[in-house]
Amino acid sequence: MTYLPKPKLHHPALPKNALGLTHRDYEGAISTLCAGCGHDSISAAIIQACFELDIEPHRIAKLSGIGCSSKTPTYFLGTAHGFNSVHGRMPSVLTGANLANRDLIYLGVSGDGDSASIGLGQFAHCIRRGVDMVYIVENNGVYGLTKGQFSATADKGSKSKKGVVNPDSPIDLVALALLLGATYVGRSFSGDKAQLVPLIKGALRHKGAAFLDVISPCVTFNNHKGSTKSFDFVREHNDAVNRLDIILPQKPITAEYEPGEVIEVPQHDGTILRLLKLEADYDPTDRVAAMDYLFEHRARGEIVTGLLYVEPHSTDLHDELGTVATPLNRLGEAELCPGAAALAKVNAAHR
Amino acid sequence: MTPPLRAVNDFVVKFANVNGSGSASANRLFAKAILRMGVPVATRNIFPSNIQGLPTWYEVRVSEAGWIGRRGGVDLAVAMNPQTFEKDQAELEPGGYLFYDSTRPLPDSRFRRDITRLGLPLTTLCNERWADPRQRQLLKNIVYVGALARLLGIEMAELERLVGEQFKGKEKLIGPNVEALHLGFEAAGRELAGACGLQVRRADAVGDRIFLEGNAAAALGCVYGGATVCAWYPITPSTGLAEAFMRWCGRFRIEPETGKKRFAIVQAEDELAAIGIVIGAAWNGARAFTATSGPGISLMQEFLGLAYFAEIPAVVFDVQRGGPSTGMPTRTQQSDILACAYASHGDTKHVLLFPEDPAECFAMAADAFDLADRLQTPVFVMMDLDIGMNEWLCRPLAWDDSRRYDRGKVMTFADLESGREFGRYLDVDGDGIPYRTYPGTHPTRGAFFTRGTSHDRYARYTEEGPAYVDNVQRLLKKFETAKKLVPAPELLPAAEPTRFGLLAFGSSMPAVREALAELADRGVHLDTLRIRAFPFARAVEEFVAAHERVFVVEQNRDGQLRQLLVNECGIDPARLWPVLHYDGTPITARFVTRAVLDRLSDAKIVPFRKAVS
Repeated sequence: MTYLPKPKLHHPALPKNALGLTHRDYEGAISTLCAGCGHDSISAAIIQACFELDIEPHRIAKLSGIGCSSKTPTYFLGTAHGFNSVHGRMPSVLTGANLANRDLIYLGVSGDGDSASIGLGQFAHCIRRGVDMVYIVENNGVYGLTKGQFSATADKGSKSKKGVVNPDSPIDLVALALLLGATYVGRSFSGDKAQLVPLIKGALRHKGAAFLDVISPCVTFNNHKGSTKSFDFVREHNDAVNRLDIILPQKPITAEYEPGEVIEVPQHDGTILRLLKLEADYDPTDRVAAMDYLFEHRARGEIVTGLLYVEPHSTDLHDELGTVATPLNRLGEAELCPGAAALAKVNAAHR
Repeated sequence: MTPPLRAVNDFVVKFANVNGSGSASANRLFAKAILRMGVPVATRNIFPSNIQGLPTWYEVRVSEAGWIGRRGGVDLAVAMNPQTFEKDQAELEPGGYLFYDSTRPLPDSRFRRDITRLGLPLTTLCNERWADPRQRQLLKNIVYVGALARLLGIEMAELERLVGEQFKGKEKLIGPNVEALHLGFEAAGRELAGACGLQVRRADAVGDRIFLEGNAAAALGCVYGGATVCAWYPITPSTGLAEAFMRWCGRFRIEPETGKKRFAIVQAEDELAAIGIVIGAAWNGARAFTATSGPGISLMQEFLGLAYFAEIPAVVFDVQRGGPSTGMPTRTQQSDILACAYASHGDTKHVLLFPEDPAECFAMAADAFDLADRLQTPVFVMMDLDIGMNEWLCRPLAWDDSRRYDRGKVMTFADLESGREFGRYLDVDGDGIPYRTYPGTHPTRGAFFTRGTSHDRYARYTEEGPAYVDNVQRLLKKFETAKKLVPAPELLPAAEPTRFGLLAFGSSMPAVREALAELADRGVHLDTLRIRAFPFARAVEEFVAAHERVFVVEQNRDGQLRQLLVNECGIDPARLWPVLHYDGTPITARFVTRAVLDRLSDAKIVPFRKAVS
């Protein structure tokens, strides 16, 4: 229950990160989602990613739309501001928030109904603007909160719990994100924490539009035989192209790899994304090749996961707009108001 | 035989052109020259939703008395568009003048008998002088301005000076334009000397007033008011506001050391995204606005309810046009009053401001940001096409350098650190306005979850009836507080005691002010209250209570402000007489005068003198 606070007490020997915070300091209220919901695993992955990256929780702003997935920001980072906005409109609210203060980290959490149906337009436009954010879609192919209608990411031919076969083609948000210029694109599975946590960490360190499509089975309405978003189906058809390791600046590189086994992609802040190749030919810095690979494997019924694309020298909306380094919400009269003398000149020019 | 009109510094000229032909700058040159002679003018563009080829008009009212509303009627038609020749001629007052291109002779039957023809072979003059067809077309406009200068007595020196200012930096263009002015001036001297009884005479009636569009003024008000985020979607007639903001920011908001921008403007994918961006930015502590028109307001409804209920500041400029639907996109109306006052689903009420001229667009734009921050709610600045897209003569813009932005009740790091209690929706001060925090303020205190779902005083989700009622009752209390914070109405008392009152607002005011003077001349006195904001101040209710009958003048079909008055103040509708003008053209003084006189006559109220014919 969101209105029931979690007890603050915890074991004194819980590990602490560089900020002296424990895992518990990154948690939120108790989840009200169904027991076993994939979304709760994603929340746990977000908590772990932020803890491991030593991010101060209050320096993150959590934004979401409407739906089961959009409820989850209540369940992590309790000391961060959150905004549960309007159905399908999280991207615009996040864009505005980002414009106001470029110093915070923006985490947008959405679902497949929220992003692929009612909010497809806003999803597309915030990606193409390169808003600096982590945009996670918790994708279960179904409308959970209204009890089991197909969403726009449900595969054609997949069967609903009531036995209805979906007649419509699915929207592939990863393919769209690649097409629209996202500079960090990944897909993962809520049941694969080892893959998911590094992908979220990489996204948090990335500058620009980072998009993660996380398949997250709905245990109540979409985890049956005939569904292509069930735990079993995703496990059987998962084709991971790489494993990501995040190497923070000034951290010694420990593991050794044979040449050609890994790809390293440096980020603007010095972070290195080290990718252990699982598919020998997969190059995650080649957008067109990534799209080809994605389409080929989708045609074979495989779900391609991993860090599918990353642009080493990415930029964001603030770079494009040329805004000042100081967050706009910190500017005052001295910087913003031209004053009476300037106004007298304006008046004189209009006579 | 109707005698030709004779007037000095008091007449109406209407230019009829084809859009895209370059006439706009020539017509503006004409108006500005009169202004420079110290004679007030009021100009209005009447244009189609089209880029090239359709009829467009530009009306210039010359009024030494300073009336800047539309008068109604035309004294001199400058008929440059063959498509509308008949219509333009038909609009002329008896005794009026028709200026036209006489290159192709027209039979007598094409002309009214009660007007004076002022024909000049403009096409021939241009074709003889210039070889390039585009130049012939553009300069023909300047040639007729030169001719009109001769006919009306406009000083050539002022015209030449204005041409110099207009083409500063493009000196090559000055020569041909000045030449064109003289070509027209001399031709009119040869062929039409003394033919026009309408004259402009140098006066000293303009003073320090400025000539400015409402959209540009409002955009500058946003700069002065500290707006840093603008998100918008192109829609007539509001587009100019966002574009003007870009221009003003380019001039006033560049960080000198780096050349970087102290603002962010996003042309959004639609109006939903535009208001979403505004809400996100304001939630995060920046001053943000959008500019739109009626259809955009319709699209923003869901978000406006969120901003109302979650209590997020937002400034929305609604430059109103003719509705419903696409309606008359290039014509004016005041027909979004109810759509804005009660925008969104559920129980909502919003703050509206009603500027009467560009100077007040500037002032109210800046005020809107203080009000939105103070009240933590959307604030609408209700402009319209007439005020937004036309240059109006108005008092100079003013700013007090000692003014500080009122950012409202925001708890800082120090406030939180001191241990002061924070409840996002807790009414600490008894005015219905809670405290807020910006994201990222404090590591452990002051965070909350913003949501459109029902919440308690500590921003926690709840569907408990009492907590919901507690919250929405507080929102009502906040709206009561707003009554004391919004701009107060302006009383224009009648010269003599009267039982009758009149309420008006926004761009209707110039016509209303003139009508009041006309009515007073006829012995009809009306106390007038200019409404400047919603929620209505107590003074509005008192004004209605103090008068037997009150006219409510507005530019829409359904009397929307009147409905709002009845609804919000519990006024007997029979006491409010609607005066409604909604054909898409700006309301005129003649219309208001006639409507008031007719109504009094119908109600058999005496004494008054005969209504205008």
